Amino acid sequence: MAMKTSSAKFKDRVDEGIQNDFMRLAVSSAQERLHGRRLTAVDELGSWEDWRSLGQEIRQHVLSNLDFYLHQLAENVSKRGGHVFFAETAEEASGYIKDVIIKKKAKKVVKSKSMVTEEINLNATLEAVGLDVVETDLGEYILQVDDHDPPSHIVAPALHKNKEQIRDVFKEKLAYTQTEKPEELTAHVRGVLRKDFLSADVGITGCNFAIADTGSIGLVTNEGNADLVTALPKTQITVMGMERLVPTFDEFEVLVSLLTRSAVGQRLTSYITALTGPRDEGDVDGPEEFHLVIVDNGRSSILGTEFQSVLQCIRCAACINVCPVYRQVGGHSYGSIYPGPIGAVLSPLLGGYDDFKELPYASTLCAACTDACPVKIPLHDLLRKHREVIVEKEKMAPLSEKIAMKAFGIGAASPMLYKFGSKIAPSAMSPFKTGDIISKGPGPLKTWTESREFPAPGKESFRDWFKNREKGGKPS
Amino acid sequence: MNGTIHNEGTFLNKIAQNLGRAPITEGISVPVWKHAPQKEVLKHATQNDLVEELQEQSKRVHTQFHLTDSKQVVQCLKQVIEELGNGPLIIPKDDRFSDYGLADTLKEKGVHIWDHQAGQKNIEKAESANIGITFSEMTLAESATVVLFSSKDHGRSISFLPSCHVSIIPKSTIVPRMTQAAAAIRSKVTRGELVPSCINFITGPSNSADIEMDLVVGVHGPIQAVYIVVEDK
Repeated sequence: MAMKTSSAKFKDRVDEGIQNDFMRLAVSSAQERLHGRRLTAVDELGSWEDWRSLGQEIRQHVLSNLDFYLHQLAENVSKRGGHVFFAETAEEASGYIKDVIIKKKAKKVVKSKSMVTEEINLNATLEAVGLDVVETDLGEYILQVDDHDPPSHIVAPALHKNKEQIRDVFKEKLAYTQTEKPEELTAHVRGVLRKDFLSADVGITGCNFAIADTGSIGLVTNEGNADLVTALPKTQITVMGMERLVPTFDEFEVLVSLLTRSAVGQRLTSYITALTGPRDEGDVDGPEEFHLVIVDNGRSSILGTEFQSVLQCIRCAACINVCPVYRQVGGHSYGSIYPGPIGAVLSPLLGGYDDFKELPYASTLCAACTDACPVKIPLHDLLRKHREVIVEKEKMAPLSEKIAMKAFGIGAASPMLYKFGSKIAPSAMSPFKTGDIISKGPGPLKTWTESREFPAPGKESFRDWFKNREKGGKPS
Repeated sequence: MNGTIHNEGTFLNKIAQNLGRAPITEGISVPVWKHAPQKEVLKHATQNDLVEELQEQSKRVHTQFHLTDSKQVVQCLKQVIEELGNGPLIIPKDDRFSDYGLADTLKEKGVHIWDHQAGQKNIEKAESANIGITFSEMTLAESATVVLFSSKDHGRSISFLPSCHVSIIPKSTIVPRMTQAAAAIRSKVTRGELVPSCINFITGPSNSADIEMDLVVGVHGPIQAVYIVVEDK
């Protein structure tokens, strides 16, 4: 699967999402749980704003000196006997990985969850040459078994499915005979995948953070699958987005703390692993051969632009878990492997405006995403900047969107103006109540407002509104 | 032997060019960060406070917690092993098992001691073991996390393939949080020591919430986890 997950039109994807009650119930309930857990984890830690500032400072420092730290990383990986391949494009990255695997005469590949391997279309490239590629993260495995259903969330990829649907998929594809209880479904997968771990020739992982001064790869999971993927096969290939690194273990620990609390509300996840090179001399397990593939695929052209801060992202999905638009339309509506606010900023930059020009409009600019971001990416500002680029330079947006953008864009600047903005929004859009434009609506706004009410700006903050919402996760 | 590096020059030049400056490959040092909230967590806690924090947090991560001393630890471990359904057991080759007087009990219960000369057989033993038993090198009170270092005598599989993981925690290894563990690893690096090929920070049993956000304990790694804190070590 490359970046783009659907060839349907944006409006059709949104319509499909909004009409899918199963999905919307699953998404809203998951969003509430994840959001609640994150708030608890953040509250008990205290000094959260200092933590965020520290996270931001570390990420900005790394981005400003990215060539230095990548060089240091590559040198240290190589000193420990690992091979480093810098890949400018998705094709170069997946091509290199394919060649390594063919050279090893490997047949079976086990993978732990990695968004960047989705981005470079790795599974399809490997399957095209007859390799057996097995996803081992439970969520990714469910999607793979279900005829490669695309992920709808970057941390919990199968979040759009309920347990009955998963049971039915397992019945059809895996001759599963038990109930829809998550314990039973999971135990079944444990049994099936244990055999794959033990018989695989190659293990492929992503990389949460590489550590430049030791040449280590940091992996964060709860299931322990990344550890088996890297302990048992003879060859390990790790794929990382070029910005995903930190100077030393000191910064690694800070970003891991931010990641686990923001992503799943845990102080640490069950398994945080720092792997350095292939196995040491005399070791019995761990890979004999280690390859690190560092992927650009459009990232370098974001550097030095007004969008540079998006590369601070640590892929925690906190922004996705608070987004009112994501809640309504679900992950598949974005048509990108990166959904939600971060996806709406990142997808047009990595995949181009031609395919993803609607995504910056899939936002109310309510700024809940910016508030939630543990490394202080000004997500809603970046969404507004995208709209400006689309309108001013790319000349792609319809007139309706241009007006809507201005109304909401002004509003995002301050709470006072937000109030004003939402007051004038209806009148800004009123000219379109005649003619044929209204049937298409300004972006996804029409479909969306049909199905729900806006959070009232003013007295109640978005966070309070979210907290006070009816429990139980029924789509409002 | 050093590994290979491909396409580095053009890749890094492009980055420098987009950042609007000449390429930098040396001379950058890590700044002193303006904020350091991580150093404030459990800052004034005594060693006993840390044990309490560890105990409290162990519950939250579905991990059985025992507090014992070097006289009682044999009995405690024996009881834990029985409660988990006995052997087969697997342990790293680690003198502390003898130092703590545990070797005989483990032998009685049927233990495989990791032997790098036996190669692949170790992995088969780990796969068929009911319990893997380790000593924590550093223990993080805040998150109830044990830290393990791999070596030729301590295979990675010991804490992943068996159904249960028991970790023995000398009280002196307990620190407030990951901050102190990272600092200890970093000071090894600055002294010129090599980091082990695998460092594990393990917090309780394996789990997943991928199906409807419902927590299921026991996915690919151990299904049960037990910590035994030894007070006078």
